[in-house]
Amino acid sequence: MSIHESNGSPQSLKNASKIKFEERRESLTFLGLSLPAILAIFIVVFLPIIWLSSLSFYNAAGELSMENYARIYESALYRRTFVVTFQISIAVTLICVLLGYPLCYWLTKLPDRTASILMIFVLVPFWTSILVRTYAWLVLLQRNGIINSSLMSLGIIDEPLQLAHNLTGSIIGMVHVMLPFLVLPLYATMRSIDTDLVRAAVGLGSSPREAFWRVFFPMSRPGLFAGIVLVFILSLGFYVTPALMGGGRVQMLAQRIESTITIYSNWGAASALGVVLLLLALVMIWLMNRVFGLDKLFMR
Amino acid sequence: MFANKSQTIDISNLCKSYGSVNALDDVSLNISAGEFLTLLGPSGSGKTTLLMALAGFVRPDGGSIRFGDREMITTPPHKRGLGMVFQSYALFPFMTVAENVAYPLKIRGVSKSDQKIRAERALETVELGGYGNRRINQLSGGQKQRVALARAMVFEPQIILMDEPLSALDKKLREHMQIELKALHQKLDATIVYVTHDQREALTMSDRIAVVNHGRIEQVETPERLYRQPHSFFVADFIGESISLPVTVAKGTAQLGERVLKSDLPIALGSGGHRLVVRPELLEVTPGDVPETANDLSGYVHDIIYQGDSVLVIVQHDSVGQINVRVPANRAGQIGLPSKGERIGLALHPEDTIIVPEHIS
Repeated sequence: MSIHESNGSPQSLKNASKIKFEERRESLTFLGLSLPAILAIFIVVFLPIIWLSSLSFYNAAGELSMENYARIYESALYRRTFVVTFQISIAVTLICVLLGYPLCYWLTKLPDRTASILMIFVLVPFWTSILVRTYAWLVLLQRNGIINSSLMSLGIIDEPLQLAHNLTGSIIGMVHVMLPFLVLPLYATMRSIDTDLVRAAVGLGSSPREAFWRVFFPMSRPGLFAGIVLVFILSLGFYVTPALMGGGRVQMLAQRIESTITIYSNWGAASALGVVLLLLALVMIWLMNRVFGLDKLFMR
Repeated sequence: MFANKSQTIDISNLCKSYGSVNALDDVSLNISAGEFLTLLGPSGSGKTTLLMALAGFVRPDGGSIRFGDREMITTPPHKRGLGMVFQSYALFPFMTVAENVAYPLKIRGVSKSDQKIRAERALETVELGGYGNRRINQLSGGQKQRVALARAMVFEPQIILMDEPLSALDKKLREHMQIELKALHQKLDATIVYVTHDQREALTMSDRIAVVNHGRIEQVETPERLYRQPHSFFVADFIGESISLPVTVAKGTAQLGERVLKSDLPIALGSGGHRLVVRPELLEVTPGDVPETANDLSGYVHDIIYQGDSVLVIVQHDSVGQINVRVPANRAGQIGLPSKGERIGLALHPEDTIIVPEHIS
C-alpha cells in the first residue's frame, strides 16, 4: 500500500537527501584516502619527468633549441649506444623467456609444497643486493675464476674463456637479475590456468603437445607478456650490472647518460637521452601489445 | 543413427591406491552399449577416480578396461576417442562458442566448412543454434553447460564421460537439464558414464546406478530396484530419505525388539548386524488398528511439520524411538491426521520392509 503512495512523486522519497549526502561523503573519504598516494606519484614521478623533458630542450649555453635531439640523431656514437642497448635487452629478454617459461611450466606441474619451496630459490636472489650478485658473478666468471679454473682442470678448455668484462658477462649478469621479473607474473598466470582445460583438450582428442600449443600456451600469454615487458623495459635502463660486468667494453644507454652528466656535465643532452629512452619504451609496449593482441586476451 | 555404434565398457579388477588409501579396490563393472550408467557416491568414494581411469587421466595400478573388444588400459587419453564433459565446463575462454564446439573436429582434421556445419548442428541439438559467434564469458551457467555438451558430442563419440556436469547450476536449472540430458541420451547413440554425488539426479537420469563407496562398488541396479531393494545399509542410507532401526536376524527372519518382522524382500548377507530401513513415504497411516498382514510401527505423534507438498509427522514409537512418516498434503487432509500427543497407527507392508546388513560381505 505504502509503495503505491510513494511511487512517482520525488518529494515523497523518504530520506533521499540524507542518502545522497551519505553517498557523497563516502566518495570524498575514498578520494581523501588516495590523495597522499596521488600527490606522491605526482611529485616523485611526474614533476621530474616534466622537469627533465623541459631540460632537454635547452642547449649547453642555456638557449631553447633542438640541438640535443639533433645530436642524438646525427652522432654515430649515440646511435651505436641505442643499437647496443636494444640488442642486449632483446637478448636478455629472449634468454629469460627460454629459461623462465620451461621453469614455470615445470613448477606448475609440481605439488604445491615443492613448488613453493622451489619458488623461494627463485626469490632469494631477488632479495639480495644487485651489487652483491654482480660481484659474485665476477668472482665466478673472471679469467681465474671458479668456472674457468674447473673447466681447465677438467681439460675441457686450454685457455680461460673470456666470460666477464665483456658482452657475455653483461648478459649473464643481467639475465640472472631479470629472471624473477619474468618468472613471477608468468608463474602466477600459469597457476591460475584451470588444469581441466588441458585435460578437456586431451580428452577431446588432442595429443599432449597439441593441447599445450592450442590451449595452455595461449592461456599463459598474458603472464608471458607482462614478464617480457617488465624484463625488456628494465633492461633498457639497466645500469649497475652492465657497467660492472661489461668492464667498460659495453656501453648501454644508462651508462651513456651517466657519463654525459659526470664527465661532460651536460644536463640537456642527458635529459634528451632519457626522454628518448622513455619514448622508445612506450613505443615498445605499444608494439608488443599489438603483437600479442592483449585486448583480445583480457576480454573474458 | 547407425545400429550398434555405441560401445560396451568392461572394467575388471581395477585397482588404484594413493599411499594407504584404496581409491579403487578391485572394481569390476560391465556397462552395456548405449547405456546411461551413473557412478554415485559421496566425495572421496573413488567415483571420480574411476571416471578418470576410464578417460586415461589416472593410471591404475592394475586391472583391465575394455571399450568394445579393445583393451584400453595403456592407451593414452587422446587416443581413447571419448567425449568428455567436466564439472567446471572447461570451455576455452579465448575461443568463441563455435570454435569451442568445433575443437574436436579441428583436431581430427575435418575440413573448415564441415566443422562449421557440424558445430552448428551440435549447437542446435542443445538448443543454442545461432550462438556460435558469442564469447564464452557472454554465456550463462546453463548455456556454458550446453556448449560443453555440444563439444563432447560433436564428433559422435561412442562413449561420453561426464564428471558432475550439473553440480554448478542452481536447483531449478539443474532439474531441467537432467530431463534434457536424458532426452538427449535417447537421441544420441552413445554410452554415457555419469558421475554425481546427488542421488536424486542419479535416480532421475540413469538406466543403471553403480553406488561407489570406499573405492568399491556396493551395488549396481536400476534406479527403482536400487531404491526398493538396497543390498547394504550404505546404499539404503545414501539413496532417498530413511531412518534405520537395529534388528536381529536369525534363520532368515528378522526381529525388531520382540516382534518378528514380515518381509517379502530377500535379506542380503553381510557383517556388522542388520538394520530395518524405513522410508517415510512407504509407511501407511491407518485410522484404526494396523492389519495383521503388515508390521505395526504405531506410536504417538510428537510433531507435525508442514512442507508444502507433504506433511512430515514425527512419531514417538513405544520401544524403538523416533520414526518419520511422510504423507502427501492432499491425503493428509482426507484422512485427518491425529494431533500432537495422540496415537497414530502406522503400517509397514511386507513388500516395503527393507532389511539390510551394516556392511556388504
